[in-house]
Amino acid sequence: MNNHTVRLNPKIWDKDVEQVPIRKGFGEGLLAAGEADERVVGLCADLTESTQMHLFAKKFPNRFIEIGVAEQNLVTVASGMAAMGKIPFCSSYAMFSPGRNWEQIRTTICYNDRPVKIAGSHAGVSVGPDGGTHQAIEDIALMRVLPNMQVLSPCDALEAKKATMAAAKTKTPTYIRLAREKTPIITTEETPFEIGKAQVFYKSNIKNQKAKIGIIGTGSLLHKALVAAKELEGEGIAVTVLNLSTIKPLDEKAILELAKECGRIVTLEEHQIAGGMGSAVAETLARRLPTPMEFIGVRDRFGQSGKPNEIVEHYGMGVTHIKEAVHRALKR
Amino acid sequence: MAGNLDDKKIRELELQANEIRITIIEALIEAGSGHTAGPLGMADIFTYLFFHELRHDPKNPEWSERDRLVLSNGHICPVLYATMAHAGYASVDEYKKTLRKFGTKFQGHPHREYFPALETSSGPLGSGLSQATGMALAERIDAQGLDAQGLDAQGLDAQGQSLDREKGLSLGGSTFYPYKKWIYCLMSDGELDAGNSWEGAMLAGKEKLGNLIAIIDRNNIQIDGFTENIMPLEPLLDKWRAWNWHTQEIDGHNFQEIHDAIGRAKAVFDQPSVIIARTIPGKGVPAFERKYEWHGKPPNKEEGAMALKVLRELGEKLK
Repeated sequence: MNNHTVRLNPKIWDKDVEQVPIRKGFGEGLLAAGEADERVVGLCADLTESTQMHLFAKKFPNRFIEIGVAEQNLVTVASGMAAMGKIPFCSSYAMFSPGRNWEQIRTTICYNDRPVKIAGSHAGVSVGPDGGTHQAIEDIALMRVLPNMQVLSPCDALEAKKATMAAAKTKTPTYIRLAREKTPIITTEETPFEIGKAQVFYKSNIKNQKAKIGIIGTGSLLHKALVAAKELEGEGIAVTVLNLSTIKPLDEKAILELAKECGRIVTLEEHQIAGGMGSAVAETLARRLPTPMEFIGVRDRFGQSGKPNEIVEHYGMGVTHIKEAVHRALKR
Repeated sequence: MAGNLDDKKIRELELQANEIRITIIEALIEAGSGHTAGPLGMADIFTYLFFHELRHDPKNPEWSERDRLVLSNGHICPVLYATMAHAGYASVDEYKKTLRKFGTKFQGHPHREYFPALETSSGPLGSGLSQATGMALAERIDAQGLDAQGLDAQGLDAQGQSLDREKGLSLGGSTFYPYKKWIYCLMSDGELDAGNSWEGAMLAGKEKLGNLIAIIDRNNIQIDGFTENIMPLEPLLDKWRAWNWHTQEIDGHNFQEIHDAIGRAKAVFDQPSVIIARTIPGKGVPAFERKYEWHGKPPNKEEGAMALKVLRELGEKLK
């Protein structure tokens, strides 16, 4: 059953659950952050509407800089603005930023410890028809390896809005991972959000049974984890689902509690398995509480064109795959 | 802000630059690694900026109203450190003893975490101009009156001129913003091989950032050889003109020319300015001058002793 303390969307299981692109939450969050703090500025690399920065740009034209197709410039200009006391948000597709400008982010933002916020939209293979060149499945790895960088990966548009507003209030360089496609609204306005805090979103309610599997999900795939958990509950397998919306700093306490409770962990992300969120979890568990794990994500391949769900299924990240991973884990 | 430059002041600056060159050589000998040619070549420009031009306060490096100086080609930091130390930001003695050593403020390439008075960290080439452009943009946002600094309720600036808070002042068809700070970017010619440099140049030209002054160390050398053999940059002035920059070319060792060029750059309010400073790599030590082999290595003890002798003799003459 849903964890009621986090006040999730009551329509979460309905066929007609509202679906909104996660990036839209970023656009709304940035607008709200801009209204709350005049130091907030926006920079975009020729993808203003697509990354939803147009809401901010329209309201605050004097605080919006159109950079053109130049992602290295995007983040280095932002670093300079941050040096003067601004709180810059830079948006592009994740494949180009942080895909193309990693060293600039490292040196001018992280090494300098400037509070620049990088929004990488169109992350994951669910970008769909645009094909593999536009499907960033390496960005979590690229960003979480950098000292000083926070990595946020909201699970729906509402959480993206809260994550964006929270990011504006921290003095830390921050990466916000966003997806293109519409995905179900999981949370509500009342769902708490705090950077660095993972939340249990679902706990199976089976009599006299403790959860045997902990699923840790992040971003656009979280809804699939919830669906899988509910189906598994129907099959008599008790599962707990943790929403890991901050990948760095990692909520080690929540992960350890989950591992202790369940004894087995399945991670789920629309990203390469190498270096992603699952790797971050494994780094913690291997050190603190070695626990059998299964990883769901892309296995060392590039994406391709297709319908979003079709591609997600092709790369083994659908509900069935989650359930299979749970069964594999149970046998370990 | 810069005052007049009379003969006496020029003599003082020449002597100061010579002292800075001596400090650079002493530090490089002790460090046993580091770059020699670029720092010696840029000693005059750094001296001019820190000892005559910049609005700054070494006792209060965080003073928000200071001019900003971004060093893009971080590898010539021996001259930045030496000049800042002589200007009062750090101990000259500490610099000479600890350059590039464990735990030092004076990292092999600039790192703000260790030396917070630096405006930025640098080393990887081609990113400084964009940062300076970002600083100039931030300053323009402030000058637009969003933060209302220095502007009264009627939107009048200190001279009593009226200001359209959104658009700035319109003078002769161009937009003028009441800038209060100057943003300087010091760059190398070799780093203009990097695309990031030109991305910054395009944006600054587009945004007509009259508060931005880039100074290029045109010493014609880079690690692998002469710039025109590695990746030709000429016609260099034309490239900057094409991005809508105000351009000047000067002798980077002539204080009067440096002073006049910066003065002219400050008079241009609707374009960023670039000053291409022709410099001699290794300047001051004839044995090191114009040789790209001296780009990335320090003098050994004997070479260093020879260089110090030459510079000290020059110093005596300047006194």
